[in-house]
Amino acid sequence: MTDSPDAASPAAPRTLLIACGALAHEIVALKTLHQWQHLDVQCLPAELHNRPEKIPAAVRAQIAAHRGQYQQMYAVYADCGTGGALDRVLEEEHVERIAGAHCYQFYAGSAAFARLQDDEPGTFYLTDFLLRHFERLVIRALGLDRHPELRDTYYGNYKRLVFLAQLPPTDETLAQARAAAERLGLALEVRHTGYGELESSLKAVAWHH
Amino acid sequence: MADADDDLDLNTLDDDELVEQVHDDLYNGLRNEVVEATNIFLERGWGPDKVLNDALVEGMRIVGVDFRDGILFVPEVLLAANAMKGGMEILRPLLAETGAEPIGKMVIGTVKGDIHDIGKNLVSMMMEGAGFEVIDIGINNPVEKYFDALAAHKPDILGMSALLTTTMPYMKVVIDTMKEKGIRDDFIVLVGGAPLNEEFGKAVGADAYCRDAAVAVETAKALIARRRAARAAA
Repeated sequence: MTDSPDAASPAAPRTLLIACGALAHEIVALKTLHQWQHLDVQCLPAELHNRPEKIPAAVRAQIAAHRGQYQQMYAVYADCGTGGALDRVLEEEHVERIAGAHCYQFYAGSAAFARLQDDEPGTFYLTDFLLRHFERLVIRALGLDRHPELRDTYYGNYKRLVFLAQLPPTDETLAQARAAAERLGLALEVRHTGYGELESSLKAVAWHH
Repeated sequence: MADADDDLDLNTLDDDELVEQVHDDLYNGLRNEVVEATNIFLERGWGPDKVLNDALVEGMRIVGVDFRDGILFVPEVLLAANAMKGGMEILRPLLAETGAEPIGKMVIGTVKGDIHDIGKNLVSMMMEGAGFEVIDIGINNPVEKYFDALAAHKPDILGMSALLTTTMPYMKVVIDTMKEKGIRDDFIVLVGGAPLNEEFGKAVGADAYCRDAAVAVETAKALIARRRAARAAA
């Protein structure tokens, strides 16, 4: 069963999703679930999560590389710490993006995320992807493997780690989340968010384009 | 090379060599070595301001250049800053004893909802190294806390930082409130943080956006000098 009446049609307009690599599993899962064959995906390295100043140019390069090949392009990036710089690029290129400040917001849902932040600004978030790659994208990226003494410099003002799980948490992922929280010296909370506003946003893209 | 440096007796170095060694040790985040060298300079009769400027501040300037050029990254900068702090802890009371007037005073804090303070702490340290008195009001500051600090300390400069796109708009709240209260022109307002840029600084009504600690120091000095000259001319 498909969600989009046009999904199986060869005439369905093709859309390119330019996405953060951290969302690849989830986007592919949603494509499979909803049979969105007319959505293609081009991912950029998830490492840009730690170098947000590079995101706007990287997204612009993908738009330029694929211009004319698709009827529609859509950025599956939130603001991601670019301070509006990504939005300026997207406005110039006439490409829309998923709403929100970052993936934590669109996974948790905007209202729920706002509550999480209001309750405790010192909240560090992990998603399924970041949990899987915690060692590489958090520990090694911050130099905590070589210099664990820097932990409190980075995390001393944080109070909790909130694991936003897209798939139902398993014993394994919960154990990993507990280990991550302990490593960072934070209390752990777990929220099973599902795909949140990522799914609803992509549904809107799939249906309308 | 690591082995040669491990055996190096800093006391055997002359002043120029020791300055160079401190720059290297600071660059490599070697706090104990920087502390040792600081003490050696003082034993040799160096004034604390000369040790601060020639050894520590200059060493961090080199770190800042390489960070800006993508050669060093955040972990290395943090270790270098930690090494500089070690030296400054020794120099601070000695500098206070000299009775030298600070070249200006700054209140600095991160805005409401933001708990990230690495950049703020680097700016605070470099501003202190440059001769400013710094009152650090910490993190997650609502407008009331900024105003309390401005009233209590009457600084030349208000510094605000943010790391989140969602919190940086709060800088406008603070500046607009300063305008409403008629105190905006009493202070130089500097803003900074990773998602900010010059356009944002102008849009929120700051005097300047500072992209890193070195720029913050130079901007602070320039704007204070300009303000004092304008007041003298008035």
